[in-house]
Amino acid sequence: MSTTTSTPPGIGRDDLARLAEHWDEPRSLRAWFTTVDHKKIGRRYLVTAAFFFVLAGLSALVMRTQLARPESGVLSPQEYNQLFTMHGTAMIFLFATPMLFGFGNFLVPLMIGSRDMAFPRLNAFGYWVFLFAGLFMWASLPFGAAPNNGWFAYAPLNQDQHNPGLHMDVYALGLLFLGISTTSGAINFIVTALKLRAPGMSLNRVPLFVWAIVATAFMVVFALPALNTDNALLFLDRRFDTHFFDPGGGGNVLLWQHLFWIFGHPDVYIIVMPGLGIVSAVLPAFTRRGVVGYPLIVLAIVAISIVSFGVWVHHMFATGLPQLSYSFFSAASTIITIPSGIQIFAWLATMMLGRLVLRTPLLFVIGFIVTFVLGGFTGAMFALTAFDQQVTDSYFVVAHFHYVLLGGALFPILAGIYFWLPKITGRMYHEGLGRWAFWLVFTGMHVTFFPMHLYGLFGMPRRVYTYRSDLGWDVGNLISSIGSYVLALGLLLVLIGVVHAIRRGRPAGPDPWAGDSLEWSAASPPEAYNFPVIPRVHSLHPTWDERTAESTTTGATKDRILSEGKRTLFTSELDARPERAAQMPEPSFKPLVLAGVLLVFFTALLLGAYPVAVAAVLAVAATIAAWLWPPRRPDEEIGIAS
Amino acid sequence: MTDRGGVVAAATGVEALTTEEPVGRPTGWWGMVMFVATEATLFACLLGSYFYLRFQHGPVWPPDGIDKPKLLIPLVMTGVLVPSSLPVVWAEHGIRRGQRWRLRAGLAATLVMGLSFMALLVIEYREDLTHFTMTTNVYGSLFYVITGFHGLHVSVGLAMIGWLLAASLRGGSFGSHRHERVRNAAIYWHFVDTVWVAILFTIYLSPRL
Repeated sequence: MSTTTSTPPGIGRDDLARLAEHWDEPRSLRAWFTTVDHKKIGRRYLVTAAFFFVLAGLSALVMRTQLARPESGVLSPQEYNQLFTMHGTAMIFLFATPMLFGFGNFLVPLMIGSRDMAFPRLNAFGYWVFLFAGLFMWASLPFGAAPNNGWFAYAPLNQDQHNPGLHMDVYALGLLFLGISTTSGAINFIVTALKLRAPGMSLNRVPLFVWAIVATAFMVVFALPALNTDNALLFLDRRFDTHFFDPGGGGNVLLWQHLFWIFGHPDVYIIVMPGLGIVSAVLPAFTRRGVVGYPLIVLAIVAISIVSFGVWVHHMFATGLPQLSYSFFSAASTIITIPSGIQIFAWLATMMLGRLVLRTPLLFVIGFIVTFVLGGFTGAMFALTAFDQQVTDSYFVVAHFHYVLLGGALFPILAGIYFWLPKITGRMYHEGLGRWAFWLVFTGMHVTFFPMHLYGLFGMPRRVYTYRSDLGWDVGNLISSIGSYVLALGLLLVLIGVVHAIRRGRPAGPDPWAGDSLEWSAASPPEAYNFPVIPRVHSLHPTWDERTAESTTTGATKDRILSEGKRTLFTSELDARPERAAQMPEPSFKPLVLAGVLLVFFTALLLGAYPVAVAAVLAVAATIAAWLWPPRRPDEEIGIAS
Repeated sequence: MTDRGGVVAAATGVEALTTEEPVGRPTGWWGMVMFVATEATLFACLLGSYFYLRFQHGPVWPPDGIDKPKLLIPLVMTGVLVPSSLPVVWAEHGIRRGQRWRLRAGLAATLVMGLSFMALLVIEYREDLTHFTMTTNVYGSLFYVITGFHGLHVSVGLAMIGWLLAASLRGGSFGSHRHERVRNAAIYWHFVDTVWVAILFTIYLSPRL
């Protein structure tokens, strides 16, 4: 027990020393591999996802080079197939979701006033799995064995007899492998947001970004199993001659599409929702007021995450399903625009009523609104079955979803990078460089993708490696290719800006934006324990709120300092009443080992070395058994009735 | 630094253990419930695929002259698996009161019942495999993949139960202050049982409707 008898005003020096002793990890190679610190893991997610973004972006540049002129020979059709498939798959699965999970990992514990995630070792495990799964998929490209079936991998083309080689095995196994990471990360977010909020942060004081992450996590929990089922059945069909997607054996090719889009449409929101959360987090700092209509936005987030499960067939309007189902899904797809519209108008109202501070993050938010609304506009057009059937599989679709995804995910991510870079690195970025990057990205994006609407309507199908020059698509394609180089230049400036900030940036201080949420109450970069005193939250904007600030200084109490051991506070789910102080786990090699054994398992499956795969399964079980093995305690201590 | 000894005592003594003591819903409970939710969705997708493929296939089901599934063994399997949740509940309630013998006896009973279920599954497969296999047609694929996938889950559940039993036999693992792991494994086991009922209906009973 502690010798401190009275409650000190604020936090004492010995408490700080003890916190550092329990939470700091040494700078060593061992610590690098064993860390469970959510901030380090979050940073790794961001850097790794950015790396995969560069690979996927370079793939797109090569494709745009090929398409700049009719009948050019930069790529063979086979190479083109692999590049567009890896571009889509990597952007969706290896960039967008992990990047946003990276922001979530870094920010959620800080925003809710906790010292770590609910399951820190699971968090580390999720990162290693993500890294290994990403490398697993990209490593197939140099061997010419990358997935080549488009990112949604339709049957029957994904079947062994139509598509021999390892291509689609890499796809199925890679996504199953990655799914372990995404699912464990999602569960971690949900539990963290439910149990680790600072006392006083009842559900109506949870930041919108955290709401968005939690809604996303719930969508992952209920949507990802459909994709996993699909890929497991695909692998069985390809390797073990089952007949799920094989009409010759009584199977059905449309089962693939149903399962894929039952996952795939919620996935659109899985990608966009955290982006919308970033927008809601960035706006208060640059409008100097809270986001208008907090309860409405929360309701919109929840409504979208539910309704998104009822719209999948709008991806299948051209497959000849019964008319009645078209009506239902058409209606649902139209209805989902209402909560999306509520959010847009809430942001517009926030900007109208607030005092705008026009810095780079806000520029990206405005770019987001313009681009995303244009994408939503064409999206509403697709909800009309007749129109959908006219433009399906044309470049019009490519234009639409790039507007939605660059608008809804990339722009918010870039806003988030500039907004939180001072928090993550402790250094400020160069504003001029940031503005140049914004204008280049914004211009490049629209120059690349706007013409696609037109030559899509003129009939250019998607996923063709070249085209003849007498079809009237030459000029549009050339403009798109030029735009893509401008876009790439802008993104290069973002990278340069980040490196410049880390190397040369001036120190940012804890709160450079005078932001409203709790991460701005922590140091920049935050201490290993995040908060010397876990705050008591009194409002929706705790950093703008004097009583919350007071709770960490003169109002600090011992039950929120928790310096005896590596501890944080668990609170009740709805009202965030303090329940107990919880011991957090120490660094461990086990997450890395478990992810490594899983990599062996999936590689063995890919190469058909099934005995190795069985051995790997046993190793997985042994690692988990050791991981969770209860430490031994005397009987009287754990409570054994004699 | 007069507190130095205090820190060590705090990290190793009773104080540290109370940080594992459940108050309210523990994080592990939420984690397991979410995991079960995503697993249940996986089974829903599989069973949904079963009905989709069946109704897209045509009026004759099972196709290609395969007999309708026989019910005797599956019903016995149900009779073994579903009640196997009771000893786990009894064991969990025991350890909450610090009665280790109840934990050990209950887990052992469940382990035996679960292993019997797996043995019956093997007997069932040996009979079925003489008529059709996973590669015969889509019915065979569905039959073996869904029941096999469930069997895999029972095996995982049995691994959990066996692991708990091993830890409880060592002593010093569980008591009235520490039983979260027992609770979480029990939730998983109940899930595996419940899913079986859905599989019984889908695979064995629905072709007879």
